[in-house]
Amino acid sequence: MKKNLPIIIILILLAVLPLVGLSSYIMHILVLVIIYSIIGMAWNLLGGYCGQVSFGHAAYFGVGAYTAGIIYSKLGVSAWWGLPLSIFVVTALSLIIGFICLRLRGPYFALGTLAMGEVLRVTAENLVKFTGGDVGILIRERTWVGKIWYYYIILLLAIGTYLLVKIVIESKLGYYFVSIREDQDAAESMGIDTTTYKTIALCLSGAITGIAGAFYMNYMGYIDPKVVFNLHDISIVTIMVVMVGGVATYWGPTIGAIIMVFLAELIRSNPSLGAAHQTLFGILLIFIIIFLPNGIVGDFPKLRKLFRLGGTPT
Amino acid sequence: MAVQIELFLQTLIAGILLGGLYALIGIGMTLIMGVMKIINLAHGELMMVAMYISFWLFTLFHIDPYISVLVAAPALFFLGVGLQKFLINPVLRVESILPENQVILTVGIGMVLANLATIFFTSNYRSTPVDYATKAFYLTDFWKDAPIELSLSMAWSLSFLIAVAITVALWFFLTRTDTGKSIRATAQDLDAALLMGVNVRKMRVVTFGIGCALVGAAGCLFLPIYYLFPALGGQFTLIAFVITILGGLGSTNGAIIGGVILGIFESMTATYLGMGWAPVGRFLIFVAALVFLPGGVASLIRSKKLGK
Repeated sequence: MKKNLPIIIILILLAVLPLVGLSSYIMHILVLVIIYSIIGMAWNLLGGYCGQVSFGHAAYFGVGAYTAGIIYSKLGVSAWWGLPLSIFVVTALSLIIGFICLRLRGPYFALGTLAMGEVLRVTAENLVKFTGGDVGILIRERTWVGKIWYYYIILLLAIGTYLLVKIVIESKLGYYFVSIREDQDAAESMGIDTTTYKTIALCLSGAITGIAGAFYMNYMGYIDPKVVFNLHDISIVTIMVVMVGGVATYWGPTIGAIIMVFLAELIRSNPSLGAAHQTLFGILLIFIIIFLPNGIVGDFPKLRKLFRLGGTPT
Repeated sequence: MAVQIELFLQTLIAGILLGGLYALIGIGMTLIMGVMKIINLAHGELMMVAMYISFWLFTLFHIDPYISVLVAAPALFFLGVGLQKFLINPVLRVESILPENQVILTVGIGMVLANLATIFFTSNYRSTPVDYATKAFYLTDFWKDAPIELSLSMAWSLSFLIAVAITVALWFFLTRTDTGKSIRATAQDLDAALLMGVNVRKMRVVTFGIGCALVGAAGCLFLPIYYLFPALGGQFTLIAFVITILGGLGSTNGAIIGGVILGIFESMTATYLGMGWAPVGRFLIFVAALVFLPGGVASLIRSKKLGK
């Protein structure tokens, strides 16, 4: 109980937060933070624990969003049904992508998934009859005008994701994942069917990202291929969220999402810096990789030592 | 019927010309991949930098893009050496959970380059209006009563010929000189090369430089026939990667064949399915290569040789 106390306090704080009367802009940023931390946790499951670095999480995000969008625009069903439905659609997609890309190892897998994300973007742009092409999909009637309910829904999804990741990683499955990351050949020779477990990790990771995508459709009310299949704003920012926060840690993605989203808003709201936001992101990424390769949470002891050394006068 | 044959042949020629240029981009990436075992995801962005160098040389000093290869390629060589020495080498020494850090690092480099280009040169589309851009050779000029009419753009054929010349020069460098042989030895077996007295560390730096110089040259050759904008890099990085997968990872000969196959395939999809689908065709061939021919064209060449 004592171990879980900080988590419970954080949860209560998060639950009470919208009641304080925050402006709708702040609420929007909070929702974005939670969306990115969900995708980050999903990426971390595959990339951090299983060692399969994916550059194509926009594929799952986008397909999730388009599942919700298409059932709304073509079947006239509420886009909220997209959340449960996207699990099946995205899992099927993950199986296909896994069949193709999991033959590749390491950096080659990374590029294979990157290509998959781009394939889906171009497909969504060209299948005009189905997806509306570059025009995108617009939900005309929003479910709620305020953001509070959206906030609670995405918060619940985030808690669910957190618990799922924790349960998976602390089960036998988690140990299989880590063994694959550490040495795939050794894992295989110990009798672990690496392809199966990598596929499981990919499907779990993809499905969670897909739900986040379906939520995004409901929340934003508008999607187009350039937004939801965006290589930089989804796939690479997801990687940055995890790299900055901490690879293979429970809280890393959340911390990373808070830093990245607030940083992005800060840079964008400053007119002289706004144009340079990708440069600053890139420099931050290079800096993190060289000096804090395991992220803020992962290299926390290192950081603390650094600050203690700097803080105490000699 | 004659019209259809004409269309087909014209598409084929365009594909081969495009493929020759693609091959040059692919070779740069495959060299880096073979020696350093990392994927350079800033490859297309480096090409974009070379294209801007070439563009400004043309605009300010009226230097022809083909001549600016002589400036842009060495410039890119030194840029590559710098990136390798000051950014990639330090990361190779850092302990971390994910070994893919170097790949993510090159993404960061690419982002910075693309964004800086946007800031300094704006995101306008630019091109170099060379006076021979619209000139072309026609089949009827050489063969008066040819049944079909084919044309060959002058800029395209010049670019193609220079690309072939550079490729041949590279082949001589890799097979006939000491440095070239050391590079190939490092790619084949790092430890053995080290034992044979090859300065592996230096070879890595040199290879990264050469890879960048090659893509830089390709950029200058693309400039007269293409347009230029800061976000163009990502697309060419993907092309380079598809070529390397298609050709077989780390194989130079494979990259040449892969480039030509991709060029032909792309121009076929553009002609028969529509321009928007050309990128999909690119990835279809990539997926097909992964599923049916995981070793790439190089594995086919090898098995043919073994069969004899």
